[in-house]
Amino acid sequence: MTNKLRTLAGASVIALTTFFTGAVQAADTIKVGVLHSLSGTMAISETTLKDTMLMLIQEQNKKGGLLGKKLEAVVVDPASNWPLFAEKAKELILKHKVDVVFGNWTSVSRKSVLPVFEEFNSMLFYPVQYEGEESSRNVFYTGASPNQQAIPAVEYLMSKDGGGAKRWVLLGTDYVYPRTTNKILRAFLNAKGVKDADIMENYTPFGHSDWQTIVSQVKKFASAGKKTAVVSTINGDANVPFYKELGNQGIKAEDIPVVAFSVGEEELAGLDTKPLVGHLTAWNYFMSIETPENTAFIKKWHAFIKDKKRVTNDPMEAHYIGFNMWTQAVKQAGTTNVDAVRQAMYGQKFKNLTGGIAVMNTNHHLSKPVVIGEIQEDGQMETVWRTKGLVRGDAWSNFIPESAKLTADWTFPWVCGNCEKPKHLN
Amino acid sequence: MKTVKYLIVLCISILGLGTLPASAVSLEETISSLTKATTEQKIQAVNDISASGHAKAADILQALGSNKLYYKRSSKKVVIIKKSGSAYLLLDPLTAKELGQSAKSKLKKIRVNNRIRVVIRGVLGSLRLLSKDPRLRLKAAESLFKLQAASSITLLEKAIARETNKKIKVKMEVALAATVLKTSSSTEKKLVAIKLLANHAVPEVRSLLGSIPGTEKSERVKNEALKALQDIESSLEFWNGVGNIFQGISLGSVLLLSAVGLAITFGVMGVINMAHGELVMLGAYTTFVVQEVFRTYFPEAFGFSIAVAIPAAFVVAGAFGIAIERGIIRYLYGRPLETLLATWGVSLILQQLVRTVFGPTNQSVGNPEWMAGAVEIMGGLVLTYNRIWIIVFSLLVLSLLMLFLRKTSFGLQMRAVTQNRPMASSMGIKTGYIDALTFGLGSGVAGIAGVALSQIDNVSPNLGQAYIIDSFMVVVFGGVGNLWGTLVGAFSLGIVNKFLEPFAGAVLAKIFVLIAIILFIQKRPRGLFALKGRAVEN
Repeated sequence: MTNKLRTLAGASVIALTTFFTGAVQAADTIKVGVLHSLSGTMAISETTLKDTMLMLIQEQNKKGGLLGKKLEAVVVDPASNWPLFAEKAKELILKHKVDVVFGNWTSVSRKSVLPVFEEFNSMLFYPVQYEGEESSRNVFYTGASPNQQAIPAVEYLMSKDGGGAKRWVLLGTDYVYPRTTNKILRAFLNAKGVKDADIMENYTPFGHSDWQTIVSQVKKFASAGKKTAVVSTINGDANVPFYKELGNQGIKAEDIPVVAFSVGEEELAGLDTKPLVGHLTAWNYFMSIETPENTAFIKKWHAFIKDKKRVTNDPMEAHYIGFNMWTQAVKQAGTTNVDAVRQAMYGQKFKNLTGGIAVMNTNHHLSKPVVIGEIQEDGQMETVWRTKGLVRGDAWSNFIPESAKLTADWTFPWVCGNCEKPKHLN
Repeated sequence: MKTVKYLIVLCISILGLGTLPASAVSLEETISSLTKATTEQKIQAVNDISASGHAKAADILQALGSNKLYYKRSSKKVVIIKKSGSAYLLLDPLTAKELGQSAKSKLKKIRVNNRIRVVIRGVLGSLRLLSKDPRLRLKAAESLFKLQAASSITLLEKAIARETNKKIKVKMEVALAATVLKTSSSTEKKLVAIKLLANHAVPEVRSLLGSIPGTEKSERVKNEALKALQDIESSLEFWNGVGNIFQGISLGSVLLLSAVGLAITFGVMGVINMAHGELVMLGAYTTFVVQEVFRTYFPEAFGFSIAVAIPAAFVVAGAFGIAIERGIIRYLYGRPLETLLATWGVSLILQQLVRTVFGPTNQSVGNPEWMAGAVEIMGGLVLTYNRIWIIVFSLLVLSLLMLFLRKTSFGLQMRAVTQNRPMASSMGIKTGYIDALTFGLGSGVAGIAGVALSQIDNVSPNLGQAYIIDSFMVVVFGGVGNLWGTLVGAFSLGIVNKFLEPFAGAVLAKIFVLIAIILFIQKRPRGLFALKGRAVEN
């Protein structure tokens, strides 16, 4: 009997404390969830984004927080494990009651958390370039969609300055992002009059390290009498041995330029870049672009991370824009309520680090400038070309017939992510 | 007083300028115009600089093409930079005089893109075709081959008449033939050119001949080009096959390196060590640390860093191996499932440890000079030096290991313990001690593999994961407990993989190999070369 009483008393004490602390915290702070892998394969890229979020939150708190409250970062580690992403997202939403989540890198992890955010009507900011073909009511995509990265890059290579490429090699890692991007690119190239015989597609497993055969195949394909260019959607780690093999086999950027969509300053940090000079990358941001905003951002980053050698990259800028737009939207809405903030997000503007102003569209994608850069000896990219104005991110590609019909627009009268007709007619 | 002095200096410099030849002045203007030129204007400037005939024209263009031409942000003065330590040494482009040092932030690069680089390469080809340096002449002949401009025909003819080096002469003749074929109007001359080109079966010539049928008007030239193309294709096909074998051996040597340590721990001792890949990774990180030490303290002896890294990696990985054996595995002998799970846990711990100490990002491990680049054999077959060295290195490691096991008393004791533990023990061999050292040896060899892999793969905490499955495949396929089996297994898997890859793609090739091994194991459960050992007895 006494035992039972004791347990009961203990339980109620615990329940009371959790209730009180929960209530006190909820009143005191606005919670921002950070859902990036800090261990496992993707830690290489995602740890930096976690640090970026902590820096942005710290800075906002120095400015006095938001709505008179301090911001509090809730960091969890989904450990590069895709199903764990969904569990951790649930934990952030239900247990920690966060008001917004910034996170994910790979598309497969995003697909894994999507049902969670939709079920509990929470909000996710996704900062990485991706394959498009998606628009969720609960996700804001601050990275580039294919028409903000792949298509402009291919157009550049077709132009006189880019070398006037006529033959194309599409290399990629075997998963959803490269396959979808290459599907869009093939349709685009076909529309531009490139025959299928002049396109070579090749996929390799994650972490592929033996590139000898593929590089010699590319060489062979390129020796058919037409200017050839390589479009690479090779992911992360596999890039280092790929570029090493290119350099060793003597492929020069002047003869066969390679344009990469997943290689940024961070990936090049572990690489001897001398053989790569002249090869290209396409992003919305480069560390080397000189604007007052970017200089200030880099300075802040170095001070925060306490290492002057650390680089900045495109997904970091995406978080920077996304976070600042979110704070503006919260201020305008006067609340962190997801539905109110979502409405306030549409048309939200914020200065890019590279100049110009990014705009959030009603399809949950940003309008941003596209820059093409050349890899330099110090591992930085230097801009060789940039779009005149902003490019609006497409959720659905115009070059895939079944997607071209679809519209994503989360405002009246459409209110949907993949419709052929508006949902609300009269 | 001072102003007077300045005035005099000014007068003298103006006078000095006045006496210089007119072309030099305009050249200076052209160079300074580069600071704010568009791509078209830069191309024009490149042609102007080359046409100026100035003694330094080639050097200036070389600097521009290799991103060494900068200008000062303050004065817009164009300079050639030379790196010296952390600062930049500035050189005057026209006189090569030193202009002092400057921090990088005060300079701005004159940007070029690939289109401008192609123009520079062509122009430099013409400027340097008669150079005294044979390497520059060779490079010039290669660039003129790619340029294919009618203007270089007379120059090439002149250079061929003068050339004494046979190799360069051949290159020049090929360049001339290519240029004639592309630009000449005479059918006869073109036919002669095709005949000459047909003897040079390299991809560049194939590319050139392949473009002829699309642009050429004369039927005869077209037919000849197609015929020559066929010959070249079949020759290239042959060399492509040779290349495949080389690449297969090269992949095999990588497999061999990563598997040979496992052949000892798993093959001889029967321990399923899932942390084997992480021991390879520790070897790679040791290389990184050794190179960092070299970079900081002995930058001029960087080429030797690998030689120091090999024993260091052996010791580090070996020590970790002994610690794992003494700390965990020895309590789990005879329980393969528990060993598997425990060592898998160890592998995760080691990965996260490295991630915490060194950070999750790739570490840059440099290739020593003698490992970079490639040698061109024939028919466009390119063998890269780092691959050749790794093949040599893997065979060396294997033969040393075999010698060690056969010829030393430790090797004898190790084999005795493996074959019959109670008997060996009763002969006075400390079996526990031998177990630890054997495991340490296998781990140390894994560390050495890490040194080699750091040269071709990226050094990150995930390095080991990529090799663990392949290593087990090699050992199981080759026959558990047999080093010869590991050798044959590694090379045959490598070659089969490389012959499948062009047809099936890298992903399917791997799947096919895996299925083939599963079927093979059904037929011969003990692999290619079965041997008696503790693992088999159990």
